[in-house]
Amino acid sequence: MTIAITAGLLVAGAVYLFMQREMLRIVLGFILLSHAVNLVIIAAGGTSRRDAPFGAPEDVSTVADPLPQAFVLTAIVIAFAITILMLVLSVTGREDGDSTEPTHDDQEPPAGEGRGRAGRGDPESGVEAGAGAGAESDQDRTVTS
Amino acid sequence: MISSLLPLLVAVPLLTAGALVAVGNRPRLHKLTMLTVLVASLAASIAMVATFADGGALAHGVANWPFGVAIPFVADMFSALMLTVTGLLTVTCTAFAIASRRAESPYFAPLVMVLIAGINGALLTADLFNLFVFIEVMLLPSYGLFILAAPGKAPLRQIAGARLYVTLNLLTSTIFLAGVGFVYGTAGTVNLGELSAAAAEDSSVAIATAICIFALGIKASVVPVHGWLACAYPSTSPAITALFSGLHTKVAIYAIYRIYAVVFDGDAQWLWIGVAICAATMVIGVLGAVGENNTRSILAFHMVSQIGYILLGVALFTQAGLTAGIFYLLHHMIVKASLFLSTGAIEVRYGTGNLGQVGGIGRREPVIAVAFFVAALSLAGIPPFSGFVAKLSLILAALDDGQIVAVVVMLVVSIVTLLSMLKIWSGVFWGKPTEADDNDEADDGPRGAGASTQTAVRPRIGVALAAPAVALAALTLTLGIGAEVLMSLSATAAEGLMDTTSYVEAVRGS
Repeated sequence: MTIAITAGLLVAGAVYLFMQREMLRIVLGFILLSHAVNLVIIAAGGTSRRDAPFGAPEDVSTVADPLPQAFVLTAIVIAFAITILMLVLSVTGREDGDSTEPTHDDQEPPAGEGRGRAGRGDPESGVEAGAGAGAESDQDRTVTS
Repeated sequence: MISSLLPLLVAVPLLTAGALVAVGNRPRLHKLTMLTVLVASLAASIAMVATFADGGALAHGVANWPFGVAIPFVADMFSALMLTVTGLLTVTCTAFAIASRRAESPYFAPLVMVLIAGINGALLTADLFNLFVFIEVMLLPSYGLFILAAPGKAPLRQIAGARLYVTLNLLTSTIFLAGVGFVYGTAGTVNLGELSAAAAEDSSVAIATAICIFALGIKASVVPVHGWLACAYPSTSPAITALFSGLHTKVAIYAIYRIYAVVFDGDAQWLWIGVAICAATMVIGVLGAVGENNTRSILAFHMVSQIGYILLGVALFTQAGLTAGIFYLLHHMIVKASLFLSTGAIEVRYGTGNLGQVGGIGRREPVIAVAFFVAALSLAGIPPFSGFVAKLSLILAALDDGQIVAVVVMLVVSIVTLLSMLKIWSGVFWGKPTEADDNDEADDGPRGAGASTQTAVRPRIGVALAAPAVALAALTLTLGIGAEVLMSLSATAAEGLMDTTSYVEAVRGS
């Protein structure tokens, strides 16, 4: 029961942090969430058997299930790798890059190859891109930036 | 084919990736090795399709541990077909990336190698936790490729897309992991061979598996949770969007098919949920598409809509429904990649995919225009192409099952699909070549701005950039005219899902 309450609290904290503004808080939320899931997996192996599965135990019935421990070990490493990537992403972009406040910078035509110049040299189509494509479609796409 | 060779589909790309990182920046060697490994993987997959022509399955318990201990690698017709088509798409999209100079980075080839290793692993594994690991192996290089879009100078839009993509995928993977934890807690195993029909017998296992399927549903972007795809996919480079379009969501769809067939055993009492979600996905996806103003955003929303069609196959869960769904899945991966490649080629050379900012491409680039038009008609389901066969068989299967609402939705959505495809056609391809984009191209360097009267008719998209889109468009025409071959292969794959005995027996005997 304790492990269920702990996991529940961690998930609640994670969901709260996901709703916050800064990218850093979202990353912290993910750390809490992966903690919660790791606890769930450990709990899936049964919490009544507490002995460490090392060496040659005489009584197997009291030894903890080793498989969820291997699962959790793998999951920790994966979550660690992605957390590092997210932390790097949170300082990439612009100076105050860890704000997730939606901006309208994405009105820039999405020229994938970094050649977003079409229409810039031409004032007419540039305005059209801002007013037409931008205002309608890009506003509801409030991407975390 | 010997079953102990199956892990090679993962091992060879992984070893190659490591070796390519070690040899450092040798672009020619990188490209050559990458294409060799990809073609070899494709050839192995085709050999597998030939092996399973009469059904059946092959399994190998990795490291020869007994059943239940080892991680099983299983191949049957469904996984062989998926391996073939994902392999084909990776080859064509990498060829496009090389032509568009996207593959110049010394990390491109290693990342693609790890990506294909993850996909092959996710398609072959029969262990839920191992599926999670391989999905992560597939996603981590994808994050790298996503950001590789514009090295050193990624615009904010791309960073925003990458942040959304990474956080969403981490959230989804964590939900999937929680689901795997619950499955282990309730059923005591995560091996698909042991989980056979477990969810149909025990409702607590069913809830745990439903969490896994929900997570895969987010990865496949079904409708309540589809917004991320429409935001993230258009914000990377065209080559990468095309590459991802056939891989990530489709691996999630494969996993949904497989898990529902094996663990739920096609339990009929939950199918209405699937039908409702699929109908909503078709409608809302296509409405989003018709409202967009950029070629890649339109196509991203179309992906959402088409995913509804594909998953309807598993929501019908009849032999005809699964056959149609699998055919639709394979057809759609090819067509979508072709569409992303043809519009991507325009974006690479003309700098934008916004409707109205380029015009008259049809006169200027007839080859790309034909490739786009063929794929667009195939997507909408017009007779000579493979989309017609896919849609017709899906509609017949739904009629058989009495899902009249789903049939009506499919027919109406097809019209709206055609509408938005014509919107791209008229916004990008139709009309007279404009002068505006000639001026812009002066910035692009190599060609310079010649006399505008001359450049207005001179095509800018070379053979290498057009060939991948054209090849896939030709394939959809071939699959439309000679649909019988793929249809019978899909039927074999569907039999393997309707009756999972041979799959489960293979895993148990591994």
